[in-house]
Amino acid sequence: MRYVALIYTNESEDMKANPAEQQAVMEAYNVFTTAADANGARLGGEALHPTSAATTVRVRDGKVLTTDGPFAETKEQLGGYYLLKCKDLDGAIELAAMIPGAKTGSIEIRPVVEWE
Amino acid sequence: MGLTLSDNCSISHLLEEIFRREGGKVLAALIGRLGDFELAQDVLQEAFVSALERWPHEGVPVNPAAWLVTTARNRAIDRLRRASVGLRKQKLWQTQMETEAYNEVTFAAESFPDERLKLIFTCCHPALNLEARVALTLHTLGGLTTPEIAHAFLVPETTMAQRLVRAKRKIKAAGIAYAVPPPHRLNERLDGVLAVLYLIFNAGYNASLGQSLVRAELCAEAIRLNRALIALLENETRLEDEPEALGLLALMLLHDSRREARTGPQGEIIVLEEQDRTRWNRSQIAEGHAMLDSALALRRPGPYQIQAAISALHSQAAQAQDTDWYQISMLYAELVRYNQSPVVRLNWAVAVAMATTPARGLEMLTELETGLQNYYLFHAARADLLRRAENWQAAQIAYSQALTLTHNEIEQAFLQRRLDELQVRLS
Repeated sequence: MRYVALIYTNESEDMKANPAEQQAVMEAYNVFTTAADANGARLGGEALHPTSAATTVRVRDGKVLTTDGPFAETKEQLGGYYLLKCKDLDGAIELAAMIPGAKTGSIEIRPVVEWE
Repeated sequence: MGLTLSDNCSISHLLEEIFRREGGKVLAALIGRLGDFELAQDVLQEAFVSALERWPHEGVPVNPAAWLVTTARNRAIDRLRRASVGLRKQKLWQTQMETEAYNEVTFAAESFPDERLKLIFTCCHPALNLEARVALTLHTLGGLTTPEIAHAFLVPETTMAQRLVRAKRKIKAAGIAYAVPPPHRLNERLDGVLAVLYLIFNAGYNASLGQSLVRAELCAEAIRLNRALIALLENETRLEDEPEALGLLALMLLHDSRREARTGPQGEIIVLEEQDRTRWNRSQIAEGHAMLDSALALRRPGPYQIQAAISALHSQAAQAQDTDWYQISMLYAELVRYNQSPVVRLNWAVAVAMATTPARGLEMLTELETGLQNYYLFHAARADLLRRAENWQAAQIAYSQALTLTHNEIEQAFLQRRLDELQVRLS
């Protein structure tokens, strides 16, 4: 099955990290991707710019409404995602638990709809 | 074919019996084969209907459970053939089914593997919410009908039916495995399973009047499932790593041994101290003790074993005044290390009071007041200790506070009785 692992962390906390700490986080992510790639589980994934760079778009009555910032103000923000291929949910949970963001924030696992 | 029964009524009786006893095993085998909860349950239901029609004139098969698995499986093949599944998928199915090369005759005589352990772990998967886990476990493994579960948990049937459907869909959509967790995850996942079983037991044990019949069944069901879980772990030679499974069974057996004694003829509460101990179920107590001994021998203590040990000490006292409260208070001190909930600390305080003086227990209760001031048992426990300290007036106030905090008529009646007793003291 394919799953998307959505990585939610507290942006303002993340931004407090000094260069050495940032480096450590990068390395932790490298460890994860190496482990995930070893069994061919990582199909894709990206890191996202913080929500200060986000733009939300809605169309109402045919008009495009554009606003600054994310759709909802929450304590944790979507900071990146992975597209994973796993045998079942337990496999996805094992991998998600290895994503560094799980230690400070949370990972939401969503199965991908497979159109037949 | 085995014995012939022409009587429809006894066939339906027999089927009911098979459903209760082997329904979980049959369903587990079907889910394993079909990989689909909803489909497995639907075709099993059809197989039961088919048995009801055919067994009266064809006779009861030698292995009724295996007959049900085969018949249900054939129904599933029919369905999948009829359904507009992709040709490739259908082909895959056919080959799979044909290479299995079962036919009704050979299969019916054979036994089939017991896959209930997989089913237990799937039903109790932490990705399902707790209510869904409880409902699903009772429904698939306990053989309880949707209306029965709804009644036991005081929710409308439609709500319970929806809860079950949602849970089954989540299992399918999220890809929850039908498997026993790998060794490095077994312990934490088993904790979840035991929590579900204990929740089922407690829902039955904390019965209120009118519910008592269905509820007693929940206790029996939790015990039966725990026994099955132990047997299954033993088959996999994993029991020796998991003494808490034995500890929970000991705990439930010891609690359940007092079921008859804890309510009076009008359903009123009889507290442990006032129970007629001759009404305790001695064989359950003996089994509980034996179970606890084998758990403790594995030398990995845990909260269920400690609670069972506390319950065992109560059951060893021939009279309330013989209770070894000192040991019990020591065990609570141990339990608090695993579970710091205010309710556990409340029980600890009571045990200390009984082992030493009411004043010492009351002191411990003051620390809990902020967390528990809206909990009727906190005030009831406090009132009881004040009563033992012969501080009648303060006890009266505490009982009155407890009385305002419960809506349960049986609990209200108990507290009122205590208040009436105090009135006699005060006048």
